[in-house]
Formats: sequence, C-alpha cells, structure tokens
Amino acid sequence: MNLEVENLRVYYRTLAGDVQALDGVTFGVGDGEIMGLAGESGCGKSTLGNAIISLTGRMKYIEGSVTLGSAELPIWDFDEMNHHRFNDLSIIPQYAMSAMNPTRKIGKMVGELLDSKGVRHKEYIPELKRRFELVGLSQDVLNMYPIELSGGMKQRAVMVISTLLDPSLLIADEITSALDVSTQKAVAEMLVEFRERGFVKSMIVITHDISILYQVADTILVMYAGKLAEKASADTIINSPRHPYTRLLISSLPEVGVTYTGKRLTGIAGTPPALLNPPEGCRFRDRCPFAYEKCLEEPPFVEIAPGHQTACWKEI
Amino acid sequence: MSGPQNDARDNGEAGLLKLDHVTKVYSTGTFGGGQLTAVRDVSFEVKPGEVMSVIGESGSGKSTIGKMILRLSPISSGTISFDGTDVSTLKRRALKEYRRDVQGVFQDPFSSYNPIFKADRVFAMVKSEFFPGTSGPEWRNKIGLALEAVTLDPTQVLHKYPHQLSGGQLQRLLIARALLLDIRFLVADEIISMLDASTRIDVLNLLADLKGRGLGIMFITHDLSLGNYISEKTVILRRGLIVEMGETQKVFGNPTHPYTKMLLASVPQLHHKWEEIAEGLKVPDSVVIDKEAAAKKTYETVSEILAPDADDSVLVETEPNHLVRFSPEEAREIEPAAVAGKTE
Repeated sequence: MNLEVENLRVYYRTLAGDVQALDGVTFGVGDGEIMGLAGESGCGKSTLGNAIISLTGRMKYIEGSVTLGSAELPIWDFDEMNHHRFNDLSIIPQYAMSAMNPTRKIGKMVGELLDSKGVRHKEYIPELKRRFELVGLSQDVLNMYPIELSGGMKQRAVMVISTLLDPSLLIADEITSALDVSTQKAVAEMLVEFRERGFVKSMIVITHDISILYQVADTILVMYAGKLAEKASADTIINSPRHPYTRLLISSLPEVGVTYTGKRLTGIAGTPPALLNPPEGCRFRDRCPFAYEKCLEEPPFVEIAPGHQTACWKEI
Repeated sequence: MSGPQNDARDNGEAGLLKLDHVTKVYSTGTFGGGQLTAVRDVSFEVKPGEVMSVIGESGSGKSTIGKMILRLSPISSGTISFDGTDVSTLKRRALKEYRRDVQGVFQDPFSSYNPIFKADRVFAMVKSEFFPGTSGPEWRNKIGLALEAVTLDPTQVLHKYPHQLSGGQLQRLLIARALLLDIRFLVADEIISMLDASTRIDVLNLLADLKGRGLGIMFITHDLSLGNYISEKTVILRRGLIVEMGETQKVFGNPTHPYTKMLLASVPQLHHKWEEIAEGLKVPDSVVIDKEAAAKKTYETVSEILAPDADDSVLVETEPNHLVRFSPEEAREIEPAAVAGKTE
C-alpha cells in the first residue's frame, strides 16, 4: 500500500458546533493505483482530499492516521506538512486559473516554488520544459503570465507543475467538472498518462461524475454523509454494486447509447442528513428502500468479497 | 422556402417557436471593430409538448440562442417567431404578454436569487408585475399548485432564505415561478449542471412532466447524456452553425457529422470504456486538421481540431427527420436534388 488512512476523523468548527464531515474513514491506495472518490456534494470527499494534504482554517483534526509510503504524515501540523507537500504529495485544485499567481510569469513562479522547497530550481527547468512539451505547451509559456494562457493551457500547466517533483500521491479534486466533454476526456486521459510515465505513483481522483471514474480509475470509493459506503474495482462498482446508495446512484444516471422513449429513471428521494448532528446508525437509512431495524446500528465497513468492501447490514 | 425547417414539420402540427435563419453577430474589441458571429443561419422549430435539446461545446452559441428567444439579446438577422408573431417587434405591453408565455431558467440557481431576501420573493415579484389584481388567498392557492407541479413541499421552501435551500430546491422554485405565469415555452439553459447526481434526474423528470402538459421546452446543455434522456429532437451546434439535427434517436443512434461523432466519442459512458466506443465513432483522417493536438489531446474544444464547415455547406436530409451538414460536393453525391434549391 502506498497510502493508508486509518480511522480518520476531521470536523469543521462552526458556531453551532462541530460538523462531522469526515467521520472515521479507513482505506488504502496501492502502488500505481488510481482511486476514484465519488459522492454527492457535502459527502466529505473534498474534505478527505484536503485533510490529507492541508488541514486549514475551520478544519479540526480529531483522530486517525495517514501513512504515505512508510512514514506517517503529520496532517494535524500545518507547518510540519510543508516538508511533504509538493515533494511527497500534491494536489491539482478544481480551478487551475486561480491556482496561479497572476502577477508572476509562470517560469518565475515555478522557480520561487522550487526554491521555497529547498530545491535548486535551475536543475529542474530542463525537465519542466520537457514535460510542458509533452502536454503541448511550448517553452515560451515560462515567460508568460497566467492571463496569457487559455483555460485548457492553464489546466495543463498546473498539472505539470504540481507533479514536477514526482510526488508519491496526487490528489485531483474535481478537475474535470467545469469542462466540456471533449476536454474532460483529454484531461482524464492525461491523468492516466502521468501515472504511466511515473510522474506520480498513485492518485486519488475526486469527482461527482462516476462515469469519468469508470473510464480512468482502477478502484472507486463511494462516500456518503462523511462515511465510506463502498469500495471495489471500478468494474464492480459500476456493474455489480452492493450498497443501496451506490446502486440507486448508478441506476439514476442517464446515458448515451440507450433509448429512453417511455422509460423513466428515478432519483434518490430525500436529502443527505445534516452532519451537525448526524443520525445514529446507518446514515443512508432514511433514504434507503431496504432499511430495517438493524440499520439503527451503525454498519461496519467490511470486506464482502475479495477487494470489495461495503457498509450495509443487508450485505454482510 | 425549401429549408430544413419545413422538413422538420412532419405531423402537420404548427410549431410553437420558430427560428428562421437567425444570425447573431457580436462586436468585439475596444472600439467594436472586430466581429464575432456567434450564431449562423440557424433555423428550427419547437412544437407544443416537445423538448428540443440544443447541444454544443462552450462557444457554440447555444446560450446566445436562448438569450435571443428570451429577448435578452437582439437578433442580428433572421426572425424568431412565437405562435406566428415576430418576437423582435414586440414592445411594452406585447413584450410583457410574451414574457407571460416564454420564460427562462438558468444554470446557477444560487446567483439567480438575491441572498438578502427570502427565496419566495421571486413569487411576490411575479405577482406585483403580472397579477396585481389577484387576491391573497387566490394567489397562495396558485403558488400551492405551482409548487405541487414541481414536487416541492411548501412548508420546506416558503419563507426560507436561498442559503437554507438546496440547489435542486432552488432550481425547482425557479421553474415553479415560471409556471405561475402559465408559460407555454421554457428555455432551460444548463439547469441541471450544478445539481447533484441524485437530484438531477428529478429535475429532468419534472421537465418531462411539463412537456406532458403541452409545454414546449428548449433544453440547452453540453451534456449529451441528458439531452439523449429528455428530448425528442436534438440540434448539434458547432461555432454557431447547426451541423446535425433531427430526432434524438436518429442523431444519437446514427451520428453522421464528424463533430457529432467526436462529441459522442468523448462522453464518458457507464458501461463502455472510451476505447470500445471510439472504434464505432471514428472520423476520417482527412477532417482532422490539427493531428498533433488530436494525438496529444491538447485541444480545448473538438471544433479546433476538425476542419471547419465550409461557408457554402448545406444541411441535407440523410434519412427522414435527420439532417446533416455537408460540403456542396458531398451533398451532391448524397442527394443531388436537395442541394439545387438550397443555395441559401
């Protein structure tokens, strides 16, 4: 395992109390694995991504451990994490345009970034140029301000910059969601290529679009209301999901290549519970058509088949 | 004239909304010296009880068409007519009456509301503008019916601020607001894209219900799977030009224009990997103009890497209710007669 997360709990501090956004999650990401992380907004997927890389502001570390390679990450200590960020683990944020300093030329910005990490940036410039070339950006980009690049160029530049030091783990947070279908495909395939070329060892791809994950991810982890619902290979999650939430979610997605005349898909009734005071037991209980008395107790997240884990009493 | 718009009229029923050779040119640059043609010679019509999907990438002009229909943006040339009346000539009272019939709902539900006021203020504004004479109880009853139509529980959404409601609820409130006006045509511009997967389908099904009540809907989207689910007819736009249009099943089942094929090949499907679908949707090498960008996948829209449609290209009916844009040479091979009368 490259990344191991053990019983991680992260809350948000609010005036009304703690929002239990990430409530005890345990999972691993193997060497060379692209793990997709899916779920509705507010399910904790971005919180999980952010918790691993930079716990800021209102986020409060409660308990749990994150191990990358053989070393435990001090995720509770923002300053200590500076030694790991960018070197060992990196993130591509959703809006690449706001990730770059508008007042610096891109080459200078990268230089400053590398210097701040104690790396002699001159040594990395040839490699940076090579990788820019690889994603279709010319060397001239180094002498440009971010405003001179188009949206897609910025996105690619950020992808290259954040993986420049070959981090062990890359977190891609909703990087395809604001794009057109064709660009989505290009960016998603580029992620896979980065892995093939060894720029990153493993990846967590966070998105609400599960069909993108089916295309690029090896495994998919589905979250619901701050907890893990199901994890399995991408094929299993799409073709034979076991958790009722995953099943309903997948059956509610319209597809091309299917004729819908007269046929109707159904959504999932209700809304996810508020995480300020989450209900006891299974958090999907109120929306679940299969719920029964046992669901008042919290289901454990256990393996039901090799490589397939889920948290549902009906499946255990 | 013998254009596609006539061919599309198959069952004799009159179109509710009709676009006839509509073009939109924006002035660009500091002194308006540059010109950008956002919509080029677009003609189609939507009948009552019909959903027309308008699909395209960013910059294809799909939202501009919506804005022109809603009279939020003037037309450069051509006509848009609603129920036989030229929309661009409407003034004052007539325009207000038009707005009773035609309304729009847009992408971001959060920015459609003023966060300082309660969300149901949008209803009060409709009342003061369009129904000043309606009595309180009668109005509340009307709101009740509209909310019922969009399957919202009044106790959950009335007297709440926008931030207290979910995106799906806000979007449905906006549709309910449109319904209060007894509209006959709805422009739905990317109304699903900001919603979560589990509520998306509910809003889509709501549109399907409204269609059942005789509403004509123009569903603008970049998401082909949504268009495939909801609409009877589809228009594929590329740089302001219709490249393919017709019955949804035919456009999606037998995509013919290279642009449509490339778009369809990019859609992430749930049960087929990209490699599997790419084979069936291959486009000839000759139409790919930027082969390097295509191979490296560094393009931003499919439009960029495909040869542009020639200015004299024409829409040809390749099968009943399925029109595809071809160059004049290709068109002549397919259907010599169709080209003769169509030098628009």
